[in-house]
Amino acid sequence: MISERDVKHIAKLARLGLTSTELEKFQKELSSILSYIEKLKEVDISRAEIVSHSVKVGNVTREDVARDKKEKIENKIIELMPETKGRYLKVKPIFQV
Amino acid sequence: MRLTDLTIIQTHEGLKKKEFSALELCEAYLDKIRTCSPCSQNLDSSLRLELKEKNINAFITITEDLAKEQARKIDEIISSDRNLSFLAGVPCAIKDNILIENFPCTAGSKILKNYISPYDATVVEKLKKQGAIILGKTNLDEFAMGASTENSAFGPTRNPHDLSRVPGGSSGGSAAAVAANLACYALGSDTGSSVRQPASFCGIVGLKPTYGAVSRYGLIAFASSLDQIGPITKTVGDCKIVFDAIRGKDEMDSTSVEISKIGNWKLEIENLRIGIPKEYFIQGIDSDVERIVREAVKKYEKAGAKIVEISLPHTEYALPCYYIIAPSEASANLARYDGIKYGYSTISDKKKEKDNLLDVYFQSREEGFGDEVRRRIMLGTYALSAGYYEAYYLRAQKVRTLIKEDFEKAFEKVDVIFTPVSPTPAFKLGEKIDDPLTMYLCDILTVAVNLAGLPAVSIPVGKIGKLPVGLQIIGGPFEEDKILAVGEMFEKI
Repeated sequence: MISERDVKHIAKLARLGLTSTELEKFQKELSSILSYIEKLKEVDISRAEIVSHSVKVGNVTREDVARDKKEKIENKIIELMPETKGRYLKVKPIFQV
Repeated sequence: MRLTDLTIIQTHEGLKKKEFSALELCEAYLDKIRTCSPCSQNLDSSLRLELKEKNINAFITITEDLAKEQARKIDEIISSDRNLSFLAGVPCAIKDNILIENFPCTAGSKILKNYISPYDATVVEKLKKQGAIILGKTNLDEFAMGASTENSAFGPTRNPHDLSRVPGGSSGGSAAAVAANLACYALGSDTGSSVRQPASFCGIVGLKPTYGAVSRYGLIAFASSLDQIGPITKTVGDCKIVFDAIRGKDEMDSTSVEISKIGNWKLEIENLRIGIPKEYFIQGIDSDVERIVREAVKKYEKAGAKIVEISLPHTEYALPCYYIIAPSEASANLARYDGIKYGYSTISDKKKEKDNLLDVYFQSREEGFGDEVRRRIMLGTYALSAGYYEAYYLRAQKVRTLIKEDFEKAFEKVDVIFTPVSPTPAFKLGEKIDDPLTMYLCDILTVAVNLAGLPAVSIPVGKIGKLPVGLQIIGGPFEEDKILAVGEMFEKI
């Protein structure tokens, strides 16, 4: 069983707000899912390689130069921002003075 | 026969012979959608709710203007007798986690309720170039996380074969739309079962292509090493047409690959070796589902195919492996919804007390995400966190290799593998929604395919009462043409 402290810690890492009733609910649900996942401990993985993708993928690089500027798209993206100042994204303070 | 009953091929012939115009066809579909889905914003909310309960609720947004404009263009092409591609003028629906420029894309989530797509997904661009008519965006489990389309912020979708049951998920809106003739075909996305399982529940065809066969640019990311966009159609022949239209390398998706077409598969059924993995016919499978799938196998055997019993020894570990890898990737992918860049935000909500950036994150994500999405973010964050990374994520990646190797060994002995798609037919609304683990078990026969990156198609092979049952046909990497050819045989034998 995963502890209440752990659930609080994960929620904080994941930047998710939780109410106290939810805390209990998630504790129960995550515990039951995690105990199911424990099954993987039975597998002999000593000779298995690690894969992150099912197919072989390599890095795809290109020259570090700006591609065509798509002003139309840029404007649309700016319009989607919750708070702006001019063409800048506005955020709440990170450091308190 | 009504216009909305036609397949892609039949619709194409009708348009070419001028039996009906693209605009007439488009109107026929739009009328049908209007009577079947209460998404009209003019209705008051109680009436809308009442309609929702009676109806399929397949669509979140109707793109009527876009559809009609395209239909008029196609009618001009037809009247000037110019060449008409297969998809030109044929009305389709797109899962609402795939972007269409200037239209909302919600991913079934409150957090993206007001999000307007700034550009087209590559698959949408390709369909538009072919002259496809896009009718609307279909309902889904929030961020494609679910097996029933009940986890949508816009209400559940219902199964057209039985309105008290789910259509499957997460592409339940797309599957229900095609099954109810509200679209001639649709696009879905498949991370663990999300195209194949709803296709199976709704009695139609659904293809999950090989990882990399179709560009993911403009698909809202869930688990990037597993996600693939795939067609949902009425017939296998239609499926091939849509797949050919959307496949191919795209410079905007570095994991996409170009595979030269190996021509038409001239597959003789006498030479076909079908593998039946014993681990896929386990306890817990509905006996009627097993019987119908075994009868389908028998039909192939009678027609001359060789049936080979095979073993995929790591099958039972596919689901726990998937439920580490998929939530881990999701927790990283969904970090972008922070209430700062776009989407739902409490930043300008005066009623909310907040002193700093962190509060905006906590509040926006708490209010914007539904339960299942938060559960998976938590699970993924846990599996990736210090102290647990090796025990969970790293181990799962190694098990993934073993699962992939099982398939590689199997394909040395057989051409294709047959399994059921889902252990049960469509279940009742509300039946599994309160128990996350039970819902996860729906994916038990489909997730290995995503972990191994293989192509697989679900085709309808029978019914239990009025509930359809699908057969899953799995092939080696980039053998979509082969599994589709094998699937098409069923329609003929």
